[in-house]
Amino acid sequence: MFPPLPNPSTTDTVPRFSDKDLIRRSASTVPAPEQQLTEVAKLIDVSKCIGCKACQTACIEWNDTHPEVGFNAGVYENPADLTPDMFTLMRYSEWDNPETNELEWLIRKDGCMHCADPGCLKACPAPGAIVQYSNGIVDFVHENCIGCGYCIKGCPFNIPRISKVDHTAYKCTLCSDRVAVGQGPACAKACPTQAIVFGTKDEMKKHADGRIKDLKSRGYSNAGLYDPPGVGGTHVMYVLHHADQPELYSGLPKEPKISPLVEAWKGVTKYAGLTILGVAAGVGLLHHLVMGPNRVSETDEEHAEELTEGDNDGRV
Amino acid sequence: MAAYDVKPNERVHPGKPVIVDRYTVGARINHWITAASLILLALSGLAMFHPSLFFLSGLFGGGQFTRFIHPWIGVLLFFSFLGLFLRFWKANLWRPEDGTWLARFRDVLSNHEDNVPEVGKYNAGQKLVFWSMSILIVILISSGIVIWQQYFAAYTTIGQQRVALLVHSIAAVAIIGVWIVHFYSAIWVRGTIPAMTRGRVTGGWAWRHHRKWLRELTAGKPDGRSGSNPAE
Repeated sequence: MFPPLPNPSTTDTVPRFSDKDLIRRSASTVPAPEQQLTEVAKLIDVSKCIGCKACQTACIEWNDTHPEVGFNAGVYENPADLTPDMFTLMRYSEWDNPETNELEWLIRKDGCMHCADPGCLKACPAPGAIVQYSNGIVDFVHENCIGCGYCIKGCPFNIPRISKVDHTAYKCTLCSDRVAVGQGPACAKACPTQAIVFGTKDEMKKHADGRIKDLKSRGYSNAGLYDPPGVGGTHVMYVLHHADQPELYSGLPKEPKISPLVEAWKGVTKYAGLTILGVAAGVGLLHHLVMGPNRVSETDEEHAEELTEGDNDGRV
Repeated sequence: MAAYDVKPNERVHPGKPVIVDRYTVGARINHWITAASLILLALSGLAMFHPSLFFLSGLFGGGQFTRFIHPWIGVLLFFSFLGLFLRFWKANLWRPEDGTWLARFRDVLSNHEDNVPEVGKYNAGQKLVFWSMSILIVILISSGIVIWQQYFAAYTTIGQQRVALLVHSIAAVAIIGVWIVHFYSAIWVRGTIPAMTRGRVTGGWAWRHHRKWLRELTAGKPDGRSGSNPAE
């Protein structure tokens, strides 16, 4: 059992992190922070999840979103996908384990992974619309968001959603507002089985080790931690009983990384593009300085006059 | 029947200087709608392309409105350019002399146009600008629709949208480059701009830069007068 998060104090608390702790800010630069905060992480142990959706409910309540009343599409997922009002979603998949010939119900709480190398932030064109704190939290700043949807293309996990109401992007904040005052995320607080726990990233890795040992002792020889290095590690991690096949869990990517297309677009294209245009304009200017304008001469006009008078065939 | 690049409303008015009609009022309005759209698209697009140019979004009243208006201007440009395309495509078909003209491009650049072949209404450079614009606009509108989040995000996969983003940005850089060539040529070759503002050029301008076109106009027939055509 992981020690539960303390209840909030009733007195005012000074926020534990602020804009001074930003390590990345979309489409802009930030000065290096004076201090490095301890990295935090949320650990989701899918083997302990009972699929109750308390986390979804707590998320809606804390973030005060108002998702539409859903409908039963014949499956447990509700809503059918992440939405601008639903930052986290229980995804259910049924898997016939060929080794044991048993049906396994694999439930995964989907949501932002808070990548150390966030693709959304890399893709974002609006200064300060996406920020990353030195504790690992990646947050969207709605007043700076322009609603272009580039974050969706940048994200290796297909997480951000654009609101049709205010045309800005939404996703899990890791409850940055709660974490700032010493609380854990609402979903972790609500989880009845401690399938979701929150703490420092080191604590979470250590806790995961214990869980993985336990799972291995129960016959899940491939149990492991999902902390994908392709995105520099994440600040939301999973304990999976089948860590060798993360795709089983409703398509959790095996080796997520920022798409090379996004890297090319935000890398070489951006710089080479402006350089080419600058050079083109410069060559034009230079040409004009060196060669001068191409002017019509008096002779040209005379030739035209002769041609139009029609007294000859125009060949002069 | 007129030559492939001569329109019935293009007339030569004798005098000093000779005045030659080059563009109808419809073509000019069509051109300037396209021009304004292209410039607004470049400004709003560059704002979303490079962080150091994000300030350009201020011209459109902020990032949100820039994001909203950019694709709509794109739609306007597409249809406006379609009008130009239908007007001008025939005169921009590649002709044998265009290859020679291009091969002697060095003479063109050094203002020695007497060494290059006589050309019709458009020279090879103008034709290349025309066809590059045409192709790039088709690429830009189709990739643009794929990344038009508000209305079309649901119809393609994120993987396809990533390809579209890269294609769109490269094509955008290319079309701005073509525009620089177009814009600079209009300034460099003096006497060109009145063609698109007042719709006419001087006879001397036509003689100097588009002599074949001027001959066709004065002859009234594509094959010119008897004895004047070496093919006869």
